[in-house]
Amino acid sequence: MTEKPGKYIVSAIVEHKPGVLYRISNMFRRRNFNIETITVGTAEQEDLARMTITINGDERTVEQVVKQLNKLIDVIKVSILDPANTVTRELALVKVNVPDARARSDVINYSEIFKGHVVDVAHDSLVVEITGNADKINAFIELMKPFGVKEIARTGITALPRGMTSVKVNNGV
Amino acid sequence: MVKMTGAKALVEALKKQKADVIFGIPGGALIPIYDVLYNSDIKHVLMRHEQCAAHAADGYARASGLVGVCMATSGPGATNLVTGIANAYMDSSPIVAFTGQVNTYSANTSYMIGKDAFQEADIIGITTPITKFNFQPRTAAEIPRTVRQAFYIASTGRPGPVVVDLPKDTQTATADMDFGDNIEFRGYRPNYEPHPLQIEKAANLLANAEKPVIIAGGGVISSGASSELIALAELLVAPVATTFMGKGCMPEDHPLSLGMLGMHGTIAANKLVPKADVLLAVGMRFSDRTTGDVTKFCPGAEIIHIDIDSSEIGKNIVPHVPIVADAKRALKALYNRLVKSYRKKERSIWMRRIQELKKQQEDLVRSVKGLSPPRLLIELRKIIPRDAIITTEVGQNQMWAALYMKTYKPRTFISSGGLGTMGFGFPAAIGAKVACPDVPVIDIAGDGSFIMTSQDLASTVVGGIPVIVLVLNNSMLGMVAQWQRLFYNRRYSAVDLGAPPDFVKLAEAYGAQGIRVGSLGELLKAVKTAMKSDVTTVIDVPIHPEENVFPMVPPGGEVSNLLTGD
Ligand SMILES: Cc1ncc(C[n+]2csc(CCOP(=O)(O)OP(=O)(O)O)c2C)c(N)n1
Ligand SMILES: [Mg+2]
Repeated sequence: MTEKPGKYIVSAIVEHKPGVLYRISNMFRRRNFNIETITVGTAEQEDLARMTITINGDERTVEQVVKQLNKLIDVIKVSILDPANTVTRELALVKVNVPDARARSDVINYSEIFKGHVVDVAHDSLVVEITGNADKINAFIELMKPFGVKEIARTGITALPRGMTSVKVNNGV
Repeated sequence: MVKMTGAKALVEALKKQKADVIFGIPGGALIPIYDVLYNSDIKHVLMRHEQCAAHAADGYARASGLVGVCMATSGPGATNLVTGIANAYMDSSPIVAFTGQVNTYSANTSYMIGKDAFQEADIIGITTPITKFNFQPRTAAEIPRTVRQAFYIASTGRPGPVVVDLPKDTQTATADMDFGDNIEFRGYRPNYEPHPLQIEKAANLLANAEKPVIIAGGGVISSGASSELIALAELLVAPVATTFMGKGCMPEDHPLSLGMLGMHGTIAANKLVPKADVLLAVGMRFSDRTTGDVTKFCPGAEIIHIDIDSSEIGKNIVPHVPIVADAKRALKALYNRLVKSYRKKERSIWMRRIQELKKQQEDLVRSVKGLSPPRLLIELRKIIPRDAIITTEVGQNQMWAALYMKTYKPRTFISSGGLGTMGFGFPAAIGAKVACPDVPVIDIAGDGSFIMTSQDLASTVVGGIPVIVLVLNNSMLGMVAQWQRLFYNRRYSAVDLGAPPDFVKLAEAYGAQGIRVGSLGELLKAVKTAMKSDVTTVIDVPIHPEENVFPMVPPGGEVSNLLTGD
């Protein structure tokens, strides 16, 4: 097997009930897997949740992650997403210092270029909501640094395969 | 639908699972269930420590092939089970452990889950990494289905322990109970059938192998695949080494049996397995104790790995042909595929080499004098029935037993492999004896280990469960001392246990029989007496404190580089 190190995105459909996130994160800790981000939310059926996990590792590690996830009884389906065929998005809220009018209008301009929204305005700060892939968000944060970034909240990556391919539970399972 | 309390429903559900024995200790959070057990036909064995209840359930499961059941109250009762549950998890033993729990939320109770009520412990959180699955029903009506699911998960696929945590108010509440058979799990469907393409690939490799070797693990025992294993080995004239957990799946007096592989494996297994050109590994997980340095393990071999747990494949070793399937079905499929076309090979050189190496091991034993554990166990083996059940503690006693107590049948060698739990052997013997009352059950024990769970002598005496404990008494934590002797320049740090206890008096204090022996003859006589006795017998065998278990592969070494002590 080739050992290609890199970033992998794993998508899992899991039971949407209390304790499932604990079982999964506990397994990652116990098996010594290094998870970069993990996001969870309700999937296409109300009793299912979709979990998106990004991992830095080699192919063999990621294969083990998938197998160990599959072994958990609350995990229904797992796939590794192909980056070329996947839409990934992350949302970030960035609180930036704007001590004067000049800074304020600069931050607003940059936000517009990045298709972000100013979602909170205070005397000396703004909160910008920005959505995109991780690179775009990183670039925006870099740009904000000279102004003084007070707080950042990022959701982590969520993802879906494009078009025909899907990671979903077939009816009748 | 029938209306009844949760406690009653639990007992009814257990009967439906044909669980007729529970090893347990009651407590406040379980009184409703014990009240139902008071006049039920389920046998309850009252243990003296919950750790022993879990080990006894484990021993029962391993000896019988059924699911073992144990029960403990909330808080400390539940946490006392933890070692036993972890032990069952590491050795893939099917047990269901019931724990009491404080009440779920309700408007008029001041004590409830999450509020640190008296004797609350988060046993679900604690046991998540050491169980196959765990449940906490929140209403009485869920109990029958939960029991069904628990037994199903414990006993199917790769077996393992399941915890069912029962809040007290779910035991007392009344509900309409559904005792149907439905079990749904969207995320659990073990794969039993081997893929025909993989069988084809494996069969081709085996058909062309010059030196095929089979390594059989505990999975062969749990799937009941011994006869399939033997048939395939005989067809291929392939020698079979077992892992520690696989001991018993191939009769150890079979000409193709190499015995156990690994750190304290036999000379034959450790020398011949690395010579294989095709290695068929079945129902095993390439643990470090089996492979030694995994990067240097069987470098020349094409490896076929059969396991029902797909996460075991590629975890420690990446095989050339992975087969995710039940061991029995996969071995049968391989046999069926090969039997028509296979041209039987003689392999006379190979067979002669096996006999030579087996003889080396015998010579090794013959050279030692006095009341040496290997000799003593070899002689003991001769006077007990072929189907006698041997359990062991952990340490030198365990490795001597593994090397020198030849095992002829599956489920007759029961020991803590993955976790290496001192104190396991004695309560496991209790469970095994309850499962198989008609065969002698002998715990080959170390003094240090037996001290850890010896209080359950009381359970065997009061419960009428006569087992035999053979204490190989070196007054030492002998295995640790061996490592200190071999790898730490004889700096014996904290391993000398001194003389206490007097095991004869200890046995007698519990109403059991205690016998001290000073010679091989006395030992054999004592064992014969013990096998006839209807009370537990503890046989104290003083041995030299500086014996070593050989052969030994130093930790992290290659299996073929073994120390033999001469
Ligand atoms: C519960 C537990 N504690 C500690 C150990 C570490 N340990 C492994 S072997 C051993 C010595 C066992 O002594 P004894 O039961 O007398 O067996 P011997 O090696 O002397 O035959 C110890 C302390 C263990 N395996 N299990
Ligand atoms: Mg000892």
